Amino acid sequence: MSHSATSDTTTARPNIGAMQARSGAALNEAKLAIKDLDFYYGAHKALKGIGLDIPARQVTGMIGPSGCGKSTLLRVLNRMYSLYPGQRAEGQVLLDGENIIEPGVDLNGLRSKIGMVFQKPTPFPMTIYENIAFGVRLHEQLSKAQMDERVEWALARAALWSEAKDRLNTSAMGLSGGQQQRLCIARTIAVRPEVILFDEPTSALDPISTLKIEELIDELKRDFTIAIVTHNMQQAARCADQVAFFYLGELVEVAPAGQLFTAPRHPKTQEYITGRFG
Amino acid sequence: MEPMAEHTVRSYAEELRRLRDMIARMGGLAERQVADAVASLIRRDTELATEVVGRDAAIDVLEREVEDFCIRILALRQPVGQDLRLVIACLKISHGIERIGDYARNAAKRSIVLAQQPAIGSLNGFNRMAAMVQENLKGAIDALVNDDAARADEVWEADEPVDQVYNGIFREMLTFMMEDPRNITAATHLLFVAKNLERIGDHATNIAETVHYAVRGENLPDERPKGDGSAYAVVRPPG
Repeated sequence: MSHSATSDTTTARPNIGAMQARSGAALNEAKLAIKDLDFYYGAHKALKGIGLDIPARQVTGMIGPSGCGKSTLLRVLNRMYSLYPGQRAEGQVLLDGENIIEPGVDLNGLRSKIGMVFQKPTPFPMTIYENIAFGVRLHEQLSKAQMDERVEWALARAALWSEAKDRLNTSAMGLSGGQQQRLCIARTIAVRPEVILFDEPTSALDPISTLKIEELIDELKRDFTIAIVTHNMQQAARCADQVAFFYLGELVEVAPAGQLFTAPRHPKTQEYITGRFG
Repeated sequence: MEPMAEHTVRSYAEELRRLRDMIARMGGLAERQVADAVASLIRRDTELATEVVGRDAAIDVLEREVEDFCIRILALRQPVGQDLRLVIACLKISHGIERIGDYARNAAKRSIVLAQQPAIGSLNGFNRMAAMVQENLKGAIDALVNDDAARADEVWEADEPVDQVYNGIFREMLTFMMEDPRNITAATHLLFVAKNLERIGDHATNIAETVHYAVRGENLPDERPKGDGSAYAVVRPPG
């Protein structure tokens, strides 16, 4: 690879599709297909011509320095930006072929399909049981028995059941940070979404809780499509099947984790992952 | 090639520099061992040969140091990308240089035996082979130190002439043996010395391949130019 030909991120637009194809690692068909996506905060263009496939039932890690657009992209994927006037997206985000950034999309329906877990655990000030049942009731009418079953299922999938089963009716605020985050994951999967977005899910957790969440993500990808934004590159290396590197609102490079962390193609990626960023 | 930006953590950059320096030192030692082993052969200098044998331990010690240092960097810095490739390359290369040192030591041991034997033929081929493999070894190590994939590629392509000289020596020695059985001891030892030099050349090539990967992140093709046909050589007895 010639350095001079690709060293300028603003002029060199790598062919991302070809990059994904060339990598050779087995990636599933796209659950979410992002095409020519631009995003604006008012006049500021925060995402520029993003094209990225998020493969089904695999983990896509998004990395890049602060302000690179990775969290913005996550916010686009579940239309969170629609809450704020002046923020708009152009282009396409296809969820199973349907463009979810069209104006007419039912946001409640969308958010039951695309769940999100945030940086800080955000349990509601309710019991553990109610934390999970609350969201489910917004979308489904379940009997008490069915709800009990759903709560147990969600807690079990979030690896919290054994710790929480004897205290379901106590306040969620009494859980540890790591447990609270797993509760938030349980709450997210309780509505049986298809895609789960993680926005730095472990940055407020200790190393052991972090590993538990990572193990959980590995478990969850059997059933869910996952995108995770992380500042922790080792985390992306450990969790992700494919990793996308963003810089200044552009997608610089996307590749299977094994390739991106051993032989990245783009000099900017190289500089970022090896800690040579100015 | 455009130089890589400096590492944000200076002590890390310092460690990677030190690792390169260690390999450069090992490579320098090995080059000298090869040169002196062949010089001792040609000059029938058993004293120099004994020195070469004794100095090999220094290369082994350095190999251990490189290994320990690489493991430390892997554990504490968790390198990725080109840094990871560099550390892994240095691990492999230090092993290659250690092997080169062993071959040089073996050649020196044989030159002690050969000094007691009647001289046969001219040893020009040995001189030439030694010069070529030294040059290749130096080129491969320089390529690592300077992140210079083009230099590594040159070395990778330059092993064929070494093989050709080796083939020449091989045929020459068989001829000497057939001419007079009293040559067999010396000719056999010389054959092994030539084989040692040829193996050293192969290791230099391997190092060049490793450097290419470290710098570029992709492998050279499996097939490289090769000229060693001695595996198929036969000589018919006269008459």
